[in-house]
Amino acid sequence: MDASTPKIAVQDLSLAYGGTEVIHGITFDVRPNEILGIIGPARSGKTSLLRCLNRTIDFVAGTRVTGEIRIDGADIRAVRDVHALRRTIGMVAPLPVGLPLSIYDNVAFAPRCAGLTRRAELDPLVERCLRQAALWDEVKDRLDNLGTALSGGQQQRLTIARALSHQPEILCLDEFSIAIDPVTTMRIEDVLRELRREITIILVTNLTHQARRLTDRTMFLWNGRIIELDRSEVIFSDQPSRKETLEYVNGIFG
Amino acid sequence: MSPPPVTPVSARFTRTPLVVRKERQQAAVRLVLLAMAVLMVLPLLAIISHLIIQAWPALSWEFLVDVPRRGMTEGGIWPALVGTVYLVVISLAVSAPIGVLAAIYLNEYARDNWFTRAINLAVISLAGVPSIVHALFGLGAFVYAARFGYSILAASLTLAIMTLPVIIASTREALAAVPAAFREACWNVGATRWQTIRAIVLPNSISGILTGVILQVSRAAGETAPILFTGAVFFKAVQRGDLFPYRLTDQCMALSMHLYTVSTQVPNVREAIPWATAVVLLGAVLAVNAAAIALRVWLRNRKRW
Repeated sequence: MDASTPKIAVQDLSLAYGGTEVIHGITFDVRPNEILGIIGPARSGKTSLLRCLNRTIDFVAGTRVTGEIRIDGADIRAVRDVHALRRTIGMVAPLPVGLPLSIYDNVAFAPRCAGLTRRAELDPLVERCLRQAALWDEVKDRLDNLGTALSGGQQQRLTIARALSHQPEILCLDEFSIAIDPVTTMRIEDVLRELRREITIILVTNLTHQARRLTDRTMFLWNGRIIELDRSEVIFSDQPSRKETLEYVNGIFG
Repeated sequence: MSPPPVTPVSARFTRTPLVVRKERQQAAVRLVLLAMAVLMVLPLLAIISHLIIQAWPALSWEFLVDVPRRGMTEGGIWPALVGTVYLVVISLAVSAPIGVLAAIYLNEYARDNWFTRAINLAVISLAGVPSIVHALFGLGAFVYAARFGYSILAASLTLAIMTLPVIIASTREALAAVPAAFREACWNVGATRWQTIRAIVLPNSISGILTGVILQVSRAAGETAPILFTGAVFFKAVQRGDLFPYRLTDQCMALSMHLYTVSTQVPNVREAIPWATAVVLLGAVLAVNAAAIALRVWLRNRKRW
């Protein structure tokens, strides 16, 4: 695949919960190996958009999705195996969720669900994911301990390790640094810069500094509409093309 | 601007009339609540102590394993004890798997549509049906329509129908107590619903599910009407201490029914016998409940979040 083909192509996507439309026909591309930032106030549709990408929106009763999402050119609603689709996307939620399993099993859960059971294959995979999530050194001697017994920041890194465990091509992070300290956040940001060589990253964040540090392009989503999507230098400069963007980024916005 | 006047420390903690009134109020409320709690325990203690005192002359190992003698005026309760075990075990062997699996479907798979709502309504309504109505239904459905006759099978199935909705309700409650975030985390990494249920949901709700099932033992053991209509009899001759005296198609004796019979239907029963029967029934039920509590504590200590 050449670099000009989008990794994700979203075309006229709308989403309604019950009768209330929360995303109103948005269209955008995510390029291979870029880090795309999504900023916007609460209830602007950021998390809902991520749930559309891996089709976990299917689990929510009474939703209606229209429009089209293509990953590597393939319509995600036409895929044969929705579970395989979900494995191509790593998803990190805002609040850490350690599953009530051992640390090892937390990371080995997804590969096992996909049919990988040999310890000789699982061991190196678990170690690699925990290293990538900057957690390995803290837990390598107690992999049998419960994941839920870890501290909040450690559980968040465990969540990231789990999101990497099924070797995704796309990683979505939904305000991942809410529950962790700045030092750990920096370590994970370094990890993301490493990972982008292999995978595409979508970073939902409300920390404009974080978006400025990490992202190539940034999308400003507000009330289910894209206000502006441009290179991050432009979005965070003093002259983005839309007045609302400038106001939001500088904290003036309602 | 001068700073606002500061209350001296000594003046902040004095017992003003307001403080005294609040203290009295606290004491009064506490006393009333304590009195209610004690009041609630008293009847229970009275029942149990009265039962045991009245039953004492008849209580013995012999009473448990012997059969009734001299037209049920003497002897033991073995056939009734075994009959109750038969009815409880068979009815729960039917209702527990069906109830738990139905609850898993309703809680984990079913979408919120008219069909699910209809099932929910049916479950709630079924739980509120009086046992005598279950008895009539069992008589019509199992004794006559299914041609099981008056039998352990018909009586057990009637009890199963009676316990089913409560098992479904308690299992759903246990499943719903598992945080939704766990399920979403599993779905996000590509786990199927069933993989999620097996790895996360069931291991973390099994204590609640089992408790709900075991509590139905006492209901199934205590009910009289459903089995009276469908398979329990006044007297059945069995061998003393025989562990498997009945076949599924036999009629059987049962503790609840036996208690009714020796209390009201048979003249000149030795006075302690009805009381001793009640003690055995209550003891069996309390023992099972205690086991349920112990199991719950054990499983909860293994709980992982």
